Amino acid sequence: MKPAIDYLLHLADNALVLGQRNAEWCGHGPILEEDIALSNVSLDLIGQARLLYQLVASLKGGNCTEDRLAYFRDTHEFRNYTLLELPHHGPLSGYAQSSLDYGTTIVRNFLYSALMALLWEALEKSTNADLAAIAAKSLKEVRYHLRHSRDWLVRLGDGTDESHARVQASLDHLFPYTQEFWAHSPAEAAAIAAGIGVDVTTLKADWDSIVDAALEEATLKRPALSGYVTEGKQGIHSEHLGFLLAEMQSLARAHPNGVW
Amino acid sequence: MYTQSFNVPDSPGAKTVALAPSTEDPALQAAFDARIDADGRIEPQDWMPEAYRKTLVRQISQHAHSEIVGMLPEGNWISRAPSLKRKAILIAKVQDEGGHGLYLYSAAETLGTSRDQMLDGLHSGRAKYSSIFNYPTLTWADVGVIGWLVDGAAIMNQVPLCRCSYGPYARAMVRVCKEESFHQRQGYEALLVMMTGTAEQKAMVQDAVNRWWWKCLAMFGPPDADSPNSAQGMRWGIKRVSNDELRQKFVDATVPQAKVLGVTLPDPDLKWNEERQHYDYGQIDWNEFWETVNGNGPCNKERLATRVKAHNEGQWVRDAALAHAAKKQAMKEAA
Amino acid sequence: MTTALKEWPLWEIFVRSKQGLEHKHCGSLHAADAAQALEMARDVYTRRQEGVSIWVVESKAITASNPDEKGELFDPAADKIYRHPTFYEIPDEVGHM
Repeated sequence: MKPAIDYLLHLADNALVLGQRNAEWCGHGPILEEDIALSNVSLDLIGQARLLYQLVASLKGGNCTEDRLAYFRDTHEFRNYTLLELPHHGPLSGYAQSSLDYGTTIVRNFLYSALMALLWEALEKSTNADLAAIAAKSLKEVRYHLRHSRDWLVRLGDGTDESHARVQASLDHLFPYTQEFWAHSPAEAAAIAAGIGVDVTTLKADWDSIVDAALEEATLKRPALSGYVTEGKQGIHSEHLGFLLAEMQSLARAHPNGVW
Repeated sequence: MYTQSFNVPDSPGAKTVALAPSTEDPALQAAFDARIDADGRIEPQDWMPEAYRKTLVRQISQHAHSEIVGMLPEGNWISRAPSLKRKAILIAKVQDEGGHGLYLYSAAETLGTSRDQMLDGLHSGRAKYSSIFNYPTLTWADVGVIGWLVDGAAIMNQVPLCRCSYGPYARAMVRVCKEESFHQRQGYEALLVMMTGTAEQKAMVQDAVNRWWWKCLAMFGPPDADSPNSAQGMRWGIKRVSNDELRQKFVDATVPQAKVLGVTLPDPDLKWNEERQHYDYGQIDWNEFWETVNGNGPCNKERLATRVKAHNEGQWVRDAALAHAAKKQAMKEAA
Repeated sequence: MTTALKEWPLWEIFVRSKQGLEHKHCGSLHAADAAQALEMARDVYTRRQEGVSIWVVESKAITASNPDEKGELFDPAADKIYRHPTFYEIPDEVGHM
């Protein structure tokens, strides 16, 4: 059961953390139509996270609930990719502040959605029937997220000189974080062995071709990969997740016996 | 979500709209009046008096601005929503407000004013929006109270607008009202649940009600006696029920809801009047209302600056999309 | 390249609420081009399962009849009552026709 729980938490935390990040745009988008579009993406992701946490809670039993898992675990217990917790701007220390940058948002959504479009499809065949059902539902959603982010990636890349430069900078900043996708964590390895999870490395060639085709259309240059491989999915995060969770969990933790 | 019946003139230069019939073609004017009197609808290409057009643009755009500025006070709690269910509900709700703003801008655009022009009015501080959004949301209970009271007040105002004489506005309002019905219920239900919780939670709800109650009463706009534009609005069928009538309706509907919820409304003068068959209520602080309308409320500057920032920082994104579309078009034409 | 400083064009949105029904006008929105208008229409106008198919048309592409000509365009149909089935009396024993 432990491999299943760890693996499901990885998928759930990915969805929640990115859903939380994307919701930051609600009320601040570049145009009203995009506020609405990005809120939809966020709602899909939070919906996925809830289903996965509910599944974990049912496996754990006792008085575990989706909200216990989302609100009462600490930073080191979160299993999301580091990519997803980063703020919507270029590289900065944890407590530094900057404006939201739409290019960063789009590039991240694109890189992650391209992976999840493949991963959810593969997970439809998971031996865990509940996970397979969640995968089928999430697949439809992520295909739309991929379409939305890819469309914008092309528009920004092949838009104005300014947008091209900005989105290339976002890509240069975020692309190295995708190395984490392909480095198995022990939890992933155990889940693959148990037939619950999918070996992501088998998806890499397809991911590469989705990414390369989009980058070419967007006239963007694929950054070379090297250097530090992040380990968020093993609980070793950037400085940013602590702030994200401190904010997200503050109210629930201030009223541990509260009912909402 | 929306709000006070907008008789509030936009600032600089926007003098009170001329009430007297204009010097326009009397035959057209007569046909227009006849249609209004017969409770008919006016569509974008129909002839209409300039004052009617201007009033509508002002009212609809103020309504649209209210929706998008109104995203901010509630959006303030999205990141901290205390459960995933409430987080999803709140995102969906704030998103709806954005959608309502969009429907309304579209309705106003049929009158020949572009969204950019309207946004320029908002960003430069000329155009007004509902004063209620210039108050801060200090606790999570504010989110529930806004749903229950602010959206409740808004619905009172909006339902009659579904029968407004201007077709596109009426149709937008039908769509808005359909979506809005979930807003008030989710707010009230969130409060009901909190009232079954801890003592701190109950206190949080009561505190939020205390802070928002009077502001909600003011949302319906100045008393009828002080609303010179109301009569013209009624005549034109773009306002169907007077400010005071709506306010009374709201008070009468809310008092029993407060009882069920288990909170008190902060008005010692609030009591049932057997003779009138309505609740009497105390004196609204109109000074505070006008101070806030005129830019001096607790959050006016923050709200406006936030809208301006989002718009300015989104310029490169909007430009890129347009530049890309132009490139694509050029390629298509060359092929 | 200088910034365009232009507003995105306006699009009219038509939604088919379910298979078998016609597309109905439901509103408008701004988008840079048709493809984007479609995507945005999905997010703006079908959040509550209102649609199964969407059409978008740039607003400026629509030619509308002139309300001043309403009389000559539409009134002449008013006296052609013989176009309606109720104009004809048929004996009851014939039944439904």
